[in-house]
Amino acid sequence: MQFAVSILLSGISVGGQYALIAIGYTLVYGILRLINFAHGDVFMTAGLILVYASATMPLYVSVPLMIIAIAALGFCIERVAYKPLRSAPRMSVMISAIGVSFLIQNFATYYTGGLPQSYPRLPFLSESVIIYGTSTKWVTIVTPFLVLALVVLLQILINKTKIGLAMRAAAKDFETCQLMGIKINSVISFTFVIGSTLAAIGSLLYFTNYTQIVPLSGSMPGLKAFVAAVFGGIGSIPGAVIGAFIIGICENIIKGTSFTVFSDAFTFALLIIILVLKPTGLFGEKVTDKV
Amino acid sequence: MKKLLALALALIMVFSLCACGGAPVAEAPAEDSSAAEDSSAAEAPASENVVKIGVFEPLTGDSGAGGKQEYLGMQYANYLTPTVEVGGVEYTVQLVPADNASSADRAPTAAAQLVSEGVSVVLGTYGSSAAIAAGPTFEGAQIPAIGVTCTNPQVTAGNDYYFRICFLDPFQGTVLANYAFEQLGATKAYLLGELGNEYDNGLMNYFEEAFVGLGGTVIKDNFPLNNSDFTSYLNKAQAEGADVIFCPVAIAYSTQIVALAKDMGLTTPILGSDTLDNNTVLEAAQGSSVDLRVSTFYADGANPEFDAGFKEFINSSSENLTNNGGNDNIAAVSVMGYDAYYVALEAIKAAGSIESTAIQAALWDVQYEGVTGNIAFDDVNGDAVRDTAFIKIADTENNVWVSGGSQQVAG
Amino acid sequence: MSAVTLEKKSKKGSALAFLGVLAILVLVIVLENTLDPNKNIIVFTALKKGAVYALVAASMNLLNGFTGLFSLGQAGFMLLGGYTFAILTIPVAQRDSVYYIFDGSAINFSITEAMQNLMGGGGVGGAIGFVIGAVIALICAGLVAAFFAWLIGLPVLKLKSDYLAIATLGFAEIIRAIFQWESLGKVTNGANALKNFPTLASFNITNSNGEIVLRLSTFVAFAVSGICIWLIVLLINSSYGRAFKAIREDEVAAEAMGINLAKHKRMSFIISSFFAGIGGALLAMFMNQVQAKTFTSTMTYEILLIVVLGGIGSISGSTIAAFLYMACSEWWLRFLDVPTSFKTAGGYWAFVIILALAAVGITVLLVLRRRRAGARKFTEMWSAFVLGVVILGYDIYYYASATAKVPFLNSGFRMVVFSVIIMVVVLFFRKGLFGDKELSDVFRSLGRMKKTAPAQSEGGAAK
Repeated sequence: MQFAVSILLSGISVGGQYALIAIGYTLVYGILRLINFAHGDVFMTAGLILVYASATMPLYVSVPLMIIAIAALGFCIERVAYKPLRSAPRMSVMISAIGVSFLIQNFATYYTGGLPQSYPRLPFLSESVIIYGTSTKWVTIVTPFLVLALVVLLQILINKTKIGLAMRAAAKDFETCQLMGIKINSVISFTFVIGSTLAAIGSLLYFTNYTQIVPLSGSMPGLKAFVAAVFGGIGSIPGAVIGAFIIGICENIIKGTSFTVFSDAFTFALLIIILVLKPTGLFGEKVTDKV
Repeated sequence: MKKLLALALALIMVFSLCACGGAPVAEAPAEDSSAAEDSSAAEAPASENVVKIGVFEPLTGDSGAGGKQEYLGMQYANYLTPTVEVGGVEYTVQLVPADNASSADRAPTAAAQLVSEGVSVVLGTYGSSAAIAAGPTFEGAQIPAIGVTCTNPQVTAGNDYYFRICFLDPFQGTVLANYAFEQLGATKAYLLGELGNEYDNGLMNYFEEAFVGLGGTVIKDNFPLNNSDFTSYLNKAQAEGADVIFCPVAIAYSTQIVALAKDMGLTTPILGSDTLDNNTVLEAAQGSSVDLRVSTFYADGANPEFDAGFKEFINSSSENLTNNGGNDNIAAVSVMGYDAYYVALEAIKAAGSIESTAIQAALWDVQYEGVTGNIAFDDVNGDAVRDTAFIKIADTENNVWVSGGSQQVAG
Repeated sequence: MSAVTLEKKSKKGSALAFLGVLAILVLVIVLENTLDPNKNIIVFTALKKGAVYALVAASMNLLNGFTGLFSLGQAGFMLLGGYTFAILTIPVAQRDSVYYIFDGSAINFSITEAMQNLMGGGGVGGAIGFVIGAVIALICAGLVAAFFAWLIGLPVLKLKSDYLAIATLGFAEIIRAIFQWESLGKVTNGANALKNFPTLASFNITNSNGEIVLRLSTFVAFAVSGICIWLIVLLINSSYGRAFKAIREDEVAAEAMGINLAKHKRMSFIISSFFAGIGGALLAMFMNQVQAKTFTSTMTYEILLIVVLGGIGSISGSTIAAFLYMACSEWWLRFLDVPTSFKTAGGYWAFVIILALAAVGITVLLVLRRRRAGARKFTEMWSAFVLGVVILGYDIYYYASATAKVPFLNSGFRMVVFSVIIMVVVLFFRKGLFGDKELSDVFRSLGRMKKTAPAQSEGGAAK
């Protein structure tokens, strides 16, 4: 029982953290049809920035600073690496994304000297709590609620505000949207800023749990979050969140059995199965391909 | 045109770096006369006679931290003894590093780089799989390599040019199993390793063999590459009622496991291999009730004179300090690197030549009383003859290692 | 590009390529045996790795560049090939020591040994048997990879571009996990490396004293890779190749022309994987060992970047880019990893001045680009100045700090510089080295190129 609770708890918290990354993927993919491979590395960078910032500044300064820096990073990546390729074939943009991911990882290796960095302890979040006899951190409890709150906020933003309307329009039809006078570049930049901010918040939660950061820390969570986004139906925010929770929990259940070897593989097997059976994902809308 | 301009600029950037770094210390010995009027003469070889020792270590990648510490030990030794006398002529020893990035597909090229630099003997590496991948390159070039902390039996097997000064996995696994069973009184062990890492799995295997032989039971688990969530594993260990957790994993993972154990308030002893003997691991356990024990090549404080000197060396530059993980605790791998350097010098002296083949021939009979104990090679594979491993226990209050005695295995 | 130029590529092109490859092979043998083996080992190691990656990149290009299927499963197929080769060729006597954790292998049979014995054990006959065995093992490596490609292709080839990419990437991860599974340890050796199988160095001819008389290791890598690439070129120039290109250009139109989409896609996928499998086997021979953890998605990305650098849709581009990539990352740029100091004041000043010039140059270049794109106001161009100011600022700071240490150089810097170069290529030279042209086209149109070079990239907006 105790074991089951612990697995479920860590599954939920991992799922919540994947969800925050997955939203970034799903928003960007919804508009640009681009798998932003660099997103996972942005997530890792968020962790590293906080490590270095908190060494010199108190947390109440460094945390907001980190979130702003990451939002700016997301903005810059879009402007430098994706915007010049807007009219290029989709494959070129994806390659550019892989290039950015490669660059960020190598830079992180260079900057940290290849040494793993310890994440600072955050007050409250890092403290332990005991639930049903299982010791866990407060962050585990906080994560699902925080994710829920952020998703509600995001839904309001997308459905009730003008920029949200523009984002929805851009996701529906990119070209027509431009013709209607929407400043498509600002909309896309805004999307990247939101995605990166959520990834930054996700990194706060994630690295509080798993306190070591290496340059490759972001790539696996990033890929899994993308799988979650596809699973839930790309372009759909609730879909991405539910997909992320399902993947997080399943993965931890597998880690609890003797088939640990396949915990990563399972995620991808799930992806292939869902893509073959229901390519639009759980909540995805049927999209006709734009030729 | 603009593309051409851009290309030209990019080229200028690259060449500016090439041109200025043009004669990096590691690449060009004092062959050209211009280097004589060098402003930074301290780093340049003073005499014309140079013997190059290759440092084949991971400076990046998942074993980067360990590789850097090992290199630090060699640098210290090089700093203390920068010259060697061969046949009455004094040679300056120059360390030539090559980064194998802890990966098997980069190892052959890094090794080839060293060979083409004309090194006489190679030291390294930390981590066995890079050593296995590079072994044939050294063998083909007939340059002897002295493994510092690559503990896998396959490194030296069938390769006359790969030696090593550390103990082997079968020995270490057995030692730790004995320790767990006899000293800790454990009967049920939880073994955790990285999937696809033969160091981990090799050790776990030997541990299991010995532990089951003693009458204990084990549960084995593997986590995937770049995993960063160990909660399920530690919870599983707890749920299964393990008396000891054995996790001979790379530093990046072990710090996470220890940090997590600290947060979970785990009191089950965590037993580690030589990889865990690292300052970042120690730091992760700081101020907690984690019971962390590791086996190692060198017991801290066994040689106060060396310790003091090395600490001074670490503190002498901020770069050294960063490479050592931010504090001046002495890692066993550094000491091993230090000893490896002197073993190489001994071999060069014994060979009376800087020819790599002569050094290889001389290495078999080298005897050296190092800081980590007496070093000699067996006649079969060129493995070190060692029968003692030291156990260190983390003192989490003072953030230091304390000695937990030594453990021997007959035969 | 257009169908007309495609048609022009005649058999002459492939014949020329064949001759070129032959010439290179002869050159490799001559060079490897005349140059000092120790001093130049880095050259040959880089060449060997380049040859291996050239093959893998060409096979990826067949799929991504010529058929327009964006697959990221290359590492998985290479893994299959590498393991198959190793499992089939480890000498029986060595098996116990290699599979020491699992108390011996389940397969106690070695193709190379069997063929050697068939041809009379030692001497020349044995050598021929060894080569035949190795060739069989290589082909098996390709076939196993191809079989799995067929299997995985059944469901995933229906998917569209990025979904296919992510599904194949996932497949590669699954394969890796399976090969690391302890329960299959008797065959795959679990997490541990397989070693002691014939490597590239085993092809060196030795005399009875064990001294090498003829070095063939680089030649073998070149020969296998050259033959495979030649086969790929033949395929591309055949009617199948034209069908692949038609699918790449427009699936709907291709189908309307009577091309069986499913069949051709499957074929391209299987053939590409076949060669990736052989490439994996070659890589295993290069690495002297094979271990599942080497074949990560990073490796696939690396190969993809080689394909992009060379030009998507150009086999000669992929080949040359592979050599350049390996030479840069493993050899030429290695000095960037070593901290060092300026030796002379001249070098120091040259560095400071060149950095300042680069700052100005980059700003000017970016401003020019923006202007061409239609920007006029400062608000539209400010970002162009930021980079220049940052570099210039650093230059001044560096000058002020008055150290002779060459800045930045430290472990890991090589890869940073390298990835920056890649990003520059991806962003500014999107067509790569060759675009979708081949070496023969380049020679032919070298004169004409000058006139048509600019204004190609921006014009071709969607539809």
